[in-house]
Amino acid sequence: MGNKQTVFTPEQLDAYQDCTFFTRKEILKLFYRFQDLAPQLVPFDYTGKPDVKLPYEVICGMPELKDNPFRERIAQVFSQDGDGNMTLDDFLDMFSVMSEMAPRDLKAYYAFKIYDFNNDDYICPLDLEKTVTKLTRGELTPEEVGLVCEKVINEADVDNDGKLSLDDFQNMILHAPDFLRLCASTMKNAVDTDKNSTVCPQRILQSISTFHIRI
Amino acid sequence: MSQSPSFILSIPEGKESPSQDLSPYDESIVHDSFHQLIQEQSQQAEVEALELQEWSSRDKGKAPQNYNSATLRILANMPSRTIGRSRGAIISQYYNQTVKLRRKNSRPLLRDMSSSARPSIWQNDLELDLTPREEEEKRSLLVKELQGLTVAQRDHMLRAMPLSLAEKCCLRQDSCIQRGRQKHHHRSQTQLYCCSRLQYHCIAFRSLWYGLLSGLYALKPWHYSLKQISGQFGSSVLSYFLFLKTLISFNVLLLLFLLPFIVAVQVAFPPTSEFPFSQSFTGLELFTGRGQFTHTVMFYGYYSNFTLNQPCSSHQNSDHCLPKAAHLPYNMPLAYLFTVGVSFFTTCIALVYSMSRSFGKSYQVGSTLGVHAITVFCSWDYRVTQKRAARLQHDNIRTQLKELLAEWQLKQHPRSMCGRLQQMIVLLLVWLLCLGTAVGCAIAVYSFSEFMHEMISEKLQEVHLLALPLIVCIINLVIPYLYNAFASWEQHDSPVLEVYVAICRNLILKMVILGLLCYHWMGRKIRTLGDQCWETFVGQELYRFMVMDFIFILLDTLFGELVWRLIVERLKGDRKPEFDVARNVLELIYGQTLTWLGVLFSPLLPAIQLLKLLFLFYIKKISLMANCQAPRKPWRASHMTTIFITLLCFPSFLGAAIFLSYAIWQVRPSRTCGPFRTLDTIYEASKVWIRRLEEASPSITWFTWIHQYKDSFFFFLVDCCRLAVIYFNIQVVKGQRKVICLLKEQINNEGEDKIFLINKLHSIYERKRERREKMNKTDDDIEKI
Repeated sequence: MGNKQTVFTPEQLDAYQDCTFFTRKEILKLFYRFQDLAPQLVPFDYTGKPDVKLPYEVICGMPELKDNPFRERIAQVFSQDGDGNMTLDDFLDMFSVMSEMAPRDLKAYYAFKIYDFNNDDYICPLDLEKTVTKLTRGELTPEEVGLVCEKVINEADVDNDGKLSLDDFQNMILHAPDFLRLCASTMKNAVDTDKNSTVCPQRILQSISTFHIRI
Repeated sequence: MSQSPSFILSIPEGKESPSQDLSPYDESIVHDSFHQLIQEQSQQAEVEALELQEWSSRDKGKAPQNYNSATLRILANMPSRTIGRSRGAIISQYYNQTVKLRRKNSRPLLRDMSSSARPSIWQNDLELDLTPREEEEKRSLLVKELQGLTVAQRDHMLRAMPLSLAEKCCLRQDSCIQRGRQKHHHRSQTQLYCCSRLQYHCIAFRSLWYGLLSGLYALKPWHYSLKQISGQFGSSVLSYFLFLKTLISFNVLLLLFLLPFIVAVQVAFPPTSEFPFSQSFTGLELFTGRGQFTHTVMFYGYYSNFTLNQPCSSHQNSDHCLPKAAHLPYNMPLAYLFTVGVSFFTTCIALVYSMSRSFGKSYQVGSTLGVHAITVFCSWDYRVTQKRAARLQHDNIRTQLKELLAEWQLKQHPRSMCGRLQQMIVLLLVWLLCLGTAVGCAIAVYSFSEFMHEMISEKLQEVHLLALPLIVCIINLVIPYLYNAFASWEQHDSPVLEVYVAICRNLILKMVILGLLCYHWMGRKIRTLGDQCWETFVGQELYRFMVMDFIFILLDTLFGELVWRLIVERLKGDRKPEFDVARNVLELIYGQTLTWLGVLFSPLLPAIQLLKLLFLFYIKKISLMANCQAPRKPWRASHMTTIFITLLCFPSFLGAAIFLSYAIWQVRPSRTCGPFRTLDTIYEASKVWIRRLEEASPSITWFTWIHQYKDSFFFFLVDCCRLAVIYFNIQVVKGQRKVICLLKEQINNEGEDKIFLINKLHSIYERKRERREKMNKTDDDIEKI
């Protein structure tokens, strides 16, 4: 637990600590991960608040995101200008929201934004089609994709406007813990990870319990 | 009784509105929008009504396309549409929250903070899109409010805000600067800083705890194997393996009672060897359970019928006492009876509990809703970092979606009347055939057992004892294939129903045969063997059945799957064998029934069953991966576990319990062996004990009175209560379903109301605009003039 780090000023570290769900050590660990992604771009001294943006390809090459079908959207949502290039602040924000300590509603908010491909604050049928295609790696036929999207809208759209607002999305997520318990035998293996990543047994009870990334 | 709210809305058309710094507490002013407008229009009530009818009939269900700008601005600021979009809305929402917090006198609890990202109608003050200046004002207000909070509350608020980190840091910095000037908060700040540190320690501890639990979780047996299986073959095949795991846990439960209380004690105090150990060990004993195994803890006959470890000073049974006994006499017969009884009782409770839990999971209120949505949004696990695991997840999700769609499609295409009639006739015929086959097999087994019985009484050869289990196993192997052949004539609507029907038929066959065998043992064998330790014989019979069953499962896996696959490959077909879930589950249930039937006569039988199940898991998994393909018609199997547990409970466990009860209450134990050799029935052991208790201390006669009547009345009462509770719960669930339907209807109505009001608003503004245009026109005309 060194106070001898020279990356941030103490005030900066305090600010990060208060505004994210991480401790000092974890913030430094994340910084070094950020630095490792592009050693020649990221300076070791952040006391002067340099404006360094890592390109989207570098971020999406991270092992945590590499195999995620939504990595592009995640980078876009958490980057400030929406193009996927992230500063350290965006990087920390992303991991903070995706950590286990973040509350359910914060995750719901960002999950909604991730699935909203066209950024119109609604998950419309086109967004859903893209989501389903990404989830199944294009192995469903277009008719099947269309059917699934139709059924999703029918199920989750409460105010009957043909698309999902944040409200609809959150209402549906509230049903998820029951569903996760209900279909534990079928869903468990979609939710569980393999033995190489850590597993949190409590997450079955959290609603966006799959919406975590561990550093 | 309720007052109509006064709504006054001043909508600027193209002009900037004056900033209204309304406090959300002045609710009477905050929600002013429509009242003035409605008053204006009230003179034209009939015309309005006609026009609105036109509008609503025309625009019902259509997306709004040509609403004027004023309407659109109102729509854009509806509460359901503002949050998530504008930073200003978020800031104002959190400002309102902090104001509310600060106004409370007592220190507000963190958990009282609203955790919803959507502002409720009472907090929203119907603001328009905030201009940058307004946003700045709101921001400074928010900063001021944040200063008024404690450090912990401020941090909690900041962390939960869906703003970017840079903005949060700025907010924090601004609120900190002001804070630094207030020195009298310093002491409370250090105190609260300690509290924040405690919070961090709690977070760190929680991570550690989760890490520990996750380590334990990862140690869970076969975790990765099950994941692999479900990813490749779907949830129906997975349900078989999960059921196998459940059976293992039931056997472990049995062993938890039997091992320490019966087996270990008898091993510690072995009876004096009344039976000579003259036979040499041949391999055949592993199959027949006779020879050297007869006089071991494996079978009933070995157990003592007196109190073990009894000190010599007591009055009873002086010939079995030990001079150096410790003060822990152990009444073996009583222990045997009670342990078997308690283990069965616990198994019953565990079965009923797991059954009710699976029922609860499968048939939850409103549980069928949102299945597709949840699968799409919540099934991707963001923690997966390995390519192979990601691939597995993709397969899993794709399989699940296909299963859901297949189920839905089946519902969409019902048959015609003629087709259904035909289907029913075929169904009836096939059922008759199957039942006839079952009865035929039962008669065959019975006559064969009679034949063997006569043969054995003439000359005793060990190998011949294996003949009956062999025949039964052959029947159990061959007849299901016959049933499958019969079932191919039928055409079921859903593959789930096919599986359930197949399970029913196979179950009837197996239970009939087992029932017959029990009757044969309890009737003929007891009469013939009489006092020659018939219990050990029955225990050995059941052991033989179990071993034979295991051998046949191995052979079936070998020939049914491996050889078939080789043949298929040779013939260059691509129809690999499919894993037959129904048949395999039935085999498991059959094996478990044998175990439960034999517990009284062979306390180590659950251990043998446990070993068998462990082997079976690996053999089946290897065979599955190597030889089988995924089921062609993917279908959801979320109710399969419930069905399996129910089948385990009702025919299987209930039958075993009835058999056990009969053996305990009605049958006379043999005179030459076992813990009950001096008694008339096994149950008498407990009666003897009660009598001894009565003699020892007459004050507990109430206990004996209950004991006298506990046979019938008690169980009757318990059953009545249970039925009442079940009925009550069913009614509660029905009521909840009705409530959900009503609420859904209500939401639909609200949606229609919303459309209606929007259209009305639009019409009002249209009319206003037209009137203004007309007025402008007349003004222009006047000016011209």
